[in-house]
Amino acid sequence: MTDSSSAFPTNARCVIVGAGIVGNSLAYHLADLGWRNLVLLDKGPLPNPGGSTGHASNFIFPVDHSKEMTQLTLDSVRQYKAWDVFTESGGIEVARTQERMQELHRRMSSAKAWGIEDCEIITPQRVKELVPYVEESVIVGGFYTPSVGIVDSLRFGTIAREKAQELGALQVFANTEVTGIDVEGGRVRAIETSKGRIDTETIVVCCGVWSPKIARMAGASIPLTPAVHQMIDVGPVPHFKDTKGVIEFPIVRDMDTNMYERQDGSGLEVGSYAHRPILHDPEEIPSNEEAALSPTEMPFTQEDFEKQMEDALELIPDVLNDESVGIKYAINGLLSLTPDGLPLLGETPEVKGLWSAAAVWVKEGPGVGKAVAEWMVHGEPEIDLQSSDVARFYDCQKTRAHIRARASEGFNKTYGIVHPSEQWESNRGVRLSPYHERERALGAVFYEAAAWERPHWYASNEKLLEEFRDSITVREAEWDKRWWSPIINAEHLAMRERAAMFDLTAFCIFDIVGPGALASVEQVSMRKMDVAHGRVVYTPVLSPSGTFKSDLTVMRLGDDHFRVVTGGAHGMADMKWYADHTTDATVTDLTSAYTTLGLWGPRARDILQSLTRDDMSNEAFPFATCRDIELDSLRVLASRISYVGELGWELYVPIEQGAKLWDMVWEAGQAHGIVPAGIGVYGTTGRLEKCYRAFGFELDADFDVVEAGMAWGKTKAADFIGKEAHLKHRASDPAAVLCTMFVDDHTSKDGTKRYMLGREPILSKDGKPLEDAQGRRSYVTSAGAAPSLGKHVLMAYLPPENANVGEELLVEYLGEHYPVTVQTTDATAVFDPENARVRA
Amino acid sequence: MRILVAVKRVPITGGRMVLTADEQAIETKHLGFTISPHEECGVEEAVRLVEANGGEVVVLTLGPEEAAEQIRDCMAIGADRGIHLVTSEEWDAQATAAAIAAAIREEEPFDLLIFGNESADAGGYQVGIRVAYALALPVVTGLKKLTVEGGRARCEQEVPGGRDVYDVPLPALVTVKEGINLPRYPSVPAKLRAKSKPLASKALERPAPKLEKLRLVVPEGSRKEAEILGEGAAAAPRVVEMMQQLGVA
Repeated sequence: MTDSSSAFPTNARCVIVGAGIVGNSLAYHLADLGWRNLVLLDKGPLPNPGGSTGHASNFIFPVDHSKEMTQLTLDSVRQYKAWDVFTESGGIEVARTQERMQELHRRMSSAKAWGIEDCEIITPQRVKELVPYVEESVIVGGFYTPSVGIVDSLRFGTIAREKAQELGALQVFANTEVTGIDVEGGRVRAIETSKGRIDTETIVVCCGVWSPKIARMAGASIPLTPAVHQMIDVGPVPHFKDTKGVIEFPIVRDMDTNMYERQDGSGLEVGSYAHRPILHDPEEIPSNEEAALSPTEMPFTQEDFEKQMEDALELIPDVLNDESVGIKYAINGLLSLTPDGLPLLGETPEVKGLWSAAAVWVKEGPGVGKAVAEWMVHGEPEIDLQSSDVARFYDCQKTRAHIRARASEGFNKTYGIVHPSEQWESNRGVRLSPYHERERALGAVFYEAAAWERPHWYASNEKLLEEFRDSITVREAEWDKRWWSPIINAEHLAMRERAAMFDLTAFCIFDIVGPGALASVEQVSMRKMDVAHGRVVYTPVLSPSGTFKSDLTVMRLGDDHFRVVTGGAHGMADMKWYADHTTDATVTDLTSAYTTLGLWGPRARDILQSLTRDDMSNEAFPFATCRDIELDSLRVLASRISYVGELGWELYVPIEQGAKLWDMVWEAGQAHGIVPAGIGVYGTTGRLEKCYRAFGFELDADFDVVEAGMAWGKTKAADFIGKEAHLKHRASDPAAVLCTMFVDDHTSKDGTKRYMLGREPILSKDGKPLEDAQGRRSYVTSAGAAPSLGKHVLMAYLPPENANVGEELLVEYLGEHYPVTVQTTDATAVFDPENARVRA
Repeated sequence: MRILVAVKRVPITGGRMVLTADEQAIETKHLGFTISPHEECGVEEAVRLVEANGGEVVVLTLGPEEAAEQIRDCMAIGADRGIHLVTSEEWDAQATAAAIAAAIREEEPFDLLIFGNESADAGGYQVGIRVAYALALPVVTGLKKLTVEGGRARCEQEVPGGRDVYDVPLPALVTVKEGINLPRYPSVPAKLRAKSKPLASKALERPAPKLEKLRLVVPEGSRKEAEILGEGAAAAPRVVEMMQQLGVA
């Protein structure tokens, strides 16, 4: 209900811009969590202001390969059901090819891993029984999710506003356009609108396709692009003559043609993600007055839909080949696409108090509203939003060119079969390490990390395959070996036997310097930071509730000088988290100032010692310390730690001296049989043999330090974020235990050996999903080879009753079950459990 | 029967029209295109007549390359073939009528020529009448009903208080108004069939215009804004007040 009669406010606790599914939901949840004096604005009329919510197809398929997106969707369904705006219809993803059938089995695995019940793989005949107007001869099977449904997203929004107003928390102003945002000292001060100025310290941008334009008013980025999704409505369909209500038949997703067909009363809606990517600019979307339909219902471009009509006709001839059924409505509907396909949530890194809740679809809207409200009120959401954090991007990833390139590439993958290791093809080669030319000459196969090109393995190491012939497992199935090479395992073995050098330039590096540096890093880091100069500390970073915000290393370089080194992918969000909690010290991003070369293996010391007069012996340079050394004319910060379980160092030099460093190590290493090794070793095989955990895989906000088996030593005396919760976790028994398992038999029914890739469900020996006391299912957090042991390693959180060494369980992979056995139930490595190599 | 329907590609505008910077045209960057509702009804009327009597419906347009889309749209609701007089320039009514008349002469004979009563953009009310004059055909404008029987057309116009009825021999030219029928939606197979129906196009040179367009002006619209007076019973006093103000209570 528009509150146009009340006076326009001059101040507010928080101004929410955009009354679509997200803004409405957020307004309600902020009110529910106790915030008052909230204002919700929209430039359009209510209840349908003309954004993407107004033309959304409003159906929800809960199963997704992403845990985060699935959790947001499931929470949204709960909310839609609670307000009685959800109608269950069931949904079927149909396959036209065998490759797609395999993908549907993968979706079945995801359903089991994330706890979605009653899904099943069904035959074409069963599809026909459920949806009689489908032509079953063009499909080979389907994935049926009975809990699929449709929602009334506009009604949900109205209820949300009304409930917030009933709480006396919210004023709503429709037809009110934002004209400016006042920022002072990097903080939001006020919002200017067509109806007046409101002083406020918090603004949430929930404007969907318009969000970049609003954020830009404050000097911030919300990197998304409006993009077209075509849909048509046909009717009246004789088949639906006697149906009651809006939907009686399951929604069909024709995955291989990137299309869907859903009943809508007497009509059928046909939507497509198959056409060419059609991108618009937020500034160019017409106003409500100029638009013929609504601003986000752009004119239909017929030629882009012709192939799609033929495809749809093949699958649904009973409806679409009927001459009496007309095309009554056809639009190019606008929706939001981001460079990595994930939403943009959280406080913007550029402006304090300016929050983003954008690039959200109806299926996850209420869940996002709730999670962002919790984040704003409590400092963290209940559902882990790390993949969606708006702070995750580097500047080069916020450019129009990058956003458009990736959005274009991602659009046609909406229903795609996307391999877990699949690489982007567009806009590559943006961040190049100083070793890049040398790596190319060595035949590096580059994967992207945080826009950097990073070698994943080197073709020049193919010769090692012969050397380690007896120890290397060759994968047989195309899916298992896509985006993989046996050379990774060969590089691994050469490292374990001799030495390997790694390009780690993609590390995010930032310094915290100043009188408040110690207190600040102490506050954010779980482990003790008040250590001797030259100590390197690996530490979890906790959320207020004691779960994982990150894990990283901190070097103490002086009384008031700390250097944080963290993974590239999450580096920008980590830097924001530290900066947000730093007082009386400066945080400086040095990512582009330093390059890191990793040198590990039993010969690492010999190689490095041959280049320096500094004493590199274990006594003089023990593990977990760092210091400057001189390598010829280079002053190098050497840090003796390892993520691959070997003796060795991370070597840091100014980025322009990197090539020189590479050449020196390379030449000195020749006599010792050094090899270049890629991230395939660093990120998978090396760490997995050592049971080292990885952020975003084992470590996320769903699990705590005790469950992750990382609560070694005493809790430090100093206060830190999450300490209270952490102490509680230590005092009670964990609800899940992170375990390492070996796959005992890889043989599938057809005799092919299969190798899991991660995120598969772990089952009991009788094939039942394992679930812990908190309702979390057991799934493979990481999977990969342990070449030194000739095994395939899986990590997973198991309920305590299953977390026993020797426990026999099953893993489900592409529809088949394989036996696994638990090897360790804590952080003890399956390779070199005494850590003799690291401490050599 | 052979029936020709003339249509014009026009933008689908929203509530507020925006002009190009030079004030020579409507800004169409975000707009879709269509034909006027009168012409949609004209095509429907022609298709119904041919469905009932046999024959052929030919759709003709004079317009830019993109106007072929509108011909295909007409084919999707049943037109059999198209004639596209291609030009990138704007033509005045006189030149348009002359070019269309010339094209029709090449395609004759037609039993019936159907035009919209007026175009949705320029609203000149001229082209149909000028074509009829050029071809020396009887013309009836503003039809709300059309009946063809025995080589004659019964043409009905709505006038205050009733209907004017004209009975004309075929061939004839009529201009029709929205409401003469309820046009069908195209079906999917009809859309697909439309892709392969014959479409003849011919580039035309624009003759020197006799009318000069100076500039366009968007008239001051009456600023209509919906105002919500309240909700439920509480709104009643304001509703009464408003009705009294308007003199309806």
